[in-house]
Amino acid sequence: MPKPKVAFYWCASCGGCEETVVDLAEDILGVVEKLDIVLWPVAMDFKYADVEAMEDGAIFATLLNGAIRSTEQEQMARLLRRKSRVLVAYGSCACMGGIPSLANGFAREEILKFNYEDAPSVVNGPRTRPQLSFEEEGRKTHLPEQSRVVRSLDQVVDVDYFIPGCPPTPLITKKALAALLGDAPPPKGSVLAPDTALCEECPRKVGKPADLSFAQFRRPHQALLDPEKCLLAQGVVCLGPATRGGCGAQCPAGNMPCTGCFGPTSRVRDQGAKILSSLCANLEAKEAPDIDRVLEGIPDPVGTFYRYGMAKSILRRRVDLNGG
Amino acid sequence: MNPTDKAAAAGTGTPPAAEWTPRIVAFFCNWCTYTAADLAGVSRLKYSPNVRVIRLMCSGRVDPQFILDALSKGADGVLIGGCHPGDCHYVEGNYKMLRRFRLLRRMLSDMGIEPERVRLEWISAAEGDKVKLVINEMSAQLSALGPLNLPGKAKGWDAELTAEREAVHA
Repeated sequence: MPKPKVAFYWCASCGGCEETVVDLAEDILGVVEKLDIVLWPVAMDFKYADVEAMEDGAIFATLLNGAIRSTEQEQMARLLRRKSRVLVAYGSCACMGGIPSLANGFAREEILKFNYEDAPSVVNGPRTRPQLSFEEEGRKTHLPEQSRVVRSLDQVVDVDYFIPGCPPTPLITKKALAALLGDAPPPKGSVLAPDTALCEECPRKVGKPADLSFAQFRRPHQALLDPEKCLLAQGVVCLGPATRGGCGAQCPAGNMPCTGCFGPTSRVRDQGAKILSSLCANLEAKEAPDIDRVLEGIPDPVGTFYRYGMAKSILRRRVDLNGG
Repeated sequence: MNPTDKAAAAGTGTPPAAEWTPRIVAFFCNWCTYTAADLAGVSRLKYSPNVRVIRLMCSGRVDPQFILDALSKGADGVLIGGCHPGDCHYVEGNYKMLRRFRLLRRMLSDMGIEPERVRLEWISAAEGDKVKLVINEMSAQLSALGPLNLPGKAKGWDAELTAEREAVHA
């Protein structure tokens, strides 16, 4: 029997998700033994034309990481959707927009202007910007167009499974691959990670008081943190209560708060609204001025609460950018 | 007008500007503000018909997700009514709402939504006239601000997605 074909593809991402596949280390040999990799631009040389030439549904599964924010990424997502029987959104960006979707707080023109003109490290006298097409000596080249809105994969094409994480851990990847190849694949639309809050598996859970009460918020660099006590109990904004577990609580174990990369559990629609709700409920202050003073300890609520999920938040994007 | 704006204006189901009046979703607590709205009704006080009241047991039950959801589904504003500080039937619920409201307002303005679109008021069961006053005031304020029209905006954003534009340039 021929081995099932798999493809790994990346869109708007940093490459960290690809690194996780490599981090499977010797287990990757097991993967290669069971699967036939037909596309993996980061590691192997295949051409898009090879994929286009395949029959529809010829690929068993595509693990696609990265958000969708250019015409090329959108077209590749559609192409791979057509060629694959199972399409997996791999990593926070494909699942929820990820860090790139923080760009949804800005108009495209603001982003291009900063990156090609105003950033302190830029030297660009003639203010050159990327062009969509360019002709020299009769040869015409094209560049993809950057979209105005950054999207998760399922906002562009139909997605079968989600593997969250920034990046997903090797363990969760291995478990997910095993589930996909097993006799009873999980129901379509499943997030292949536990459906419980991170606090459930956090080693600091024992140090979490029954009643939290915030008199002030501190950021990790502003305090010497007790390595065992619950971070929330120390006044640090930890997204654990509003975030899906499955990562092994690596950040809290390393004395850093959870920043929410696994996204919400299935019962929560908007991770940011939910952590806002939870944190605010437990503030000590009762009068508006005192409340505001404590909340100043969260200087950038949007960036903190939607660090990995602006694209999939209820609002999706800053709403007053009009066509920009 | 660029194509995205045009798409936002077309096919959104939003009536022409002249016919538009604001849509307010109101979350009222069972013990104070909802009872006050009842009182306003029994007292035959007339207030602007732009409000859709949803009764909850406590303003502390207002999940910020409800507010975002209402706005994203076409509300132009959200009004939350609870008991005066110290009067909450559940002791702390209104304080929880107040704290959430303070941060949500900041977050909404960072997301480009005018803070006036979300309003929190303490209205006791005896203050039927305040229900009338607040609703009329908010309705006038939102009329001045104009439609928020988030469903139409989202449609406009997605106009840039096209199934098959051109071949992939590898």
